[in-house]
Amino acid sequence: MSLNPEEVRRIARLARLELSDEETGRTGDQLNGILAFIEQLQAVDTAGVAPMAHAMDVVQRLRVDAVTEPDRREAFQAIAPETEAGLYLVPKVIE
Amino acid sequence: MSQWEVVIGLETHVQLQTKSKIFSGASTAFGAEPNRQACAVDIALPGVLPVLNREAVVCAIKFGLAVDAAIAPRSVFARKNYFYPDLPKGYQISQYEIPVVLGGGIDIRVSHGGTPSEKRVHLTRAHLEEDAGKSLHEDFHGKTGIDLNRAGTPLLEIVTEPDMGSAAEAVAYAKALHSLVTWIGICDGNMQEGSFRCDANVSVRRPGAPLGTRREVKNLNSFRFLQQAIDYEIGWQINEIEEGRKIVQATVLFDPDTGETRAMRSKEDAHDYRYFPDPDLLPLEISPVWTAEVKRGLPELPAAMQARFERDFGLSTYDAASLTATRANATFFEDCVAAAGKDQAKLCANWVMGELAARLNRDEREVADSPVSATQLAGMVRRVADGTLSSKLAKEVFDALWTGEAADADAVIEARGLKQVSDASAIGPIIDEVLAANPKSVEEFRAGKEKAFNALVGQVMKATKGKANPQQVNDLLRQKLTG
Repeated sequence: MSLNPEEVRRIARLARLELSDEETGRTGDQLNGILAFIEQLQAVDTAGVAPMAHAMDVVQRLRVDAVTEPDRREAFQAIAPETEAGLYLVPKVIE
Repeated sequence: MSQWEVVIGLETHVQLQTKSKIFSGASTAFGAEPNRQACAVDIALPGVLPVLNREAVVCAIKFGLAVDAAIAPRSVFARKNYFYPDLPKGYQISQYEIPVVLGGGIDIRVSHGGTPSEKRVHLTRAHLEEDAGKSLHEDFHGKTGIDLNRAGTPLLEIVTEPDMGSAAEAVAYAKALHSLVTWIGICDGNMQEGSFRCDANVSVRRPGAPLGTRREVKNLNSFRFLQQAIDYEIGWQINEIEEGRKIVQATVLFDPDTGETRAMRSKEDAHDYRYFPDPDLLPLEISPVWTAEVKRGLPELPAAMQARFERDFGLSTYDAASLTATRANATFFEDCVAAAGKDQAKLCANWVMGELAARLNRDEREVADSPVSATQLAGMVRRVADGTLSSKLAKEVFDALWTGEAADADAVIEARGLKQVSDASAIGPIIDEVLAANPKSVEEFRAGKEKAFNALVGQVMKATKGKANPQQVNDLLRQKLTG
């Protein structure tokens, strides 16, 4: 399996990456290299092996339901490009 | 409509009643100033890690048990990738391939042309996920304001099979689900605050034909909007097809002002979420021991309580269903019966569903803060049962209790002298006076006019200021007139 330039451009768009034509070609080569590795992995017979969701064979640790985080809005907003009335401001989102 | 069949499936986002967020220790309380409850995890600062809230998992287990579903012994969190400013990580943590709850169902009662029938709406799954923040599009001089207080709030998304065939069935399901999640205490049920939101997948087809193309109506936060949006959507789809156009799969929004649905500006890549297991979270394991422990903490469920009311109190299915519509209502009724005595269960039911419900409705109050307590109502019911109060006088007592005029029914009866008169020696002379004063009615009755009899009963009741026992007045009057 390999990706054509159109597919590479679509993946880049989904990831919000702007690629030049030259970069599209290079990124495509890299992605296709990764897919070639995966093809090798897929040659292994995994019948009867349960799919793995995580590399570590441990389970999720759970947290007690308690409010532990103080309000740090001022500190967080000090590094935001623009705020007003406690809100983060971003370019207009139109839907 | 008969040559079209409607197919509806619902996805409901139920906000879970936890103190802190699903993956962080920030508060979930409603109504805080913008971004005061958005911590480093919620705003996705680099280097933070999510840690799952145990209580959110308990809520999911409770729900699974309440709908007879399978609780997954092992479920996996996944990233749903999309870009939107109120989703700072660039992905929502959700569950995809292996959700925490699988299958199950909810029974609904619907009426088809006046005939009530039961139907089970099957559930596909329910999964845990985090909510996004809020975008405010107005008033920021051409910019959008982002409030991330809601980001990371725990949600249980409950997905049905396409089992509903009308807006009425969809509303019946949504109401039953709403009642259940509040009953088991996993959601506050506040629809105005967005704690319970429905998306409806609607399609139409000719009977027997394969499923039609569906459109999804998003974010319906009231039962009325759900009904209106689905009805409008059904009409729109049928019209499109009948005029020779094809339905294109789309996400649509309902505008409550116009009552119409309209397609959102289509984002060509919108549905390519590229889910993959979240490497920041390990698989969630739920042992049978844990499930059993949660099960012991569950309250009696509405269906079981309804069956018990029918069995133990001899109530009709309708009465039992209506009393168990909400847990608060069922508790009130049970407290009332406990105080009035089991023999008065039917009378208690009538008052709870009748006068009490009407008053609460009129004053827009919840049964939990009814001015008349279950014990007060029981005291009044006892006085109706033992003949002290006629139903008319009982209403007067109820009024007095409602306004807080007295502490209990007996005090009202005493203070207002409302005791029903059931003493023949007291009623007899009054009847004689009424007969003497109304010779015309007496004559008409003897000539066979039953209406004249009612007029005479009315006169006696008036003369006793409504205190005479109506049945006794009837009996004595008939005796005197025919005897």
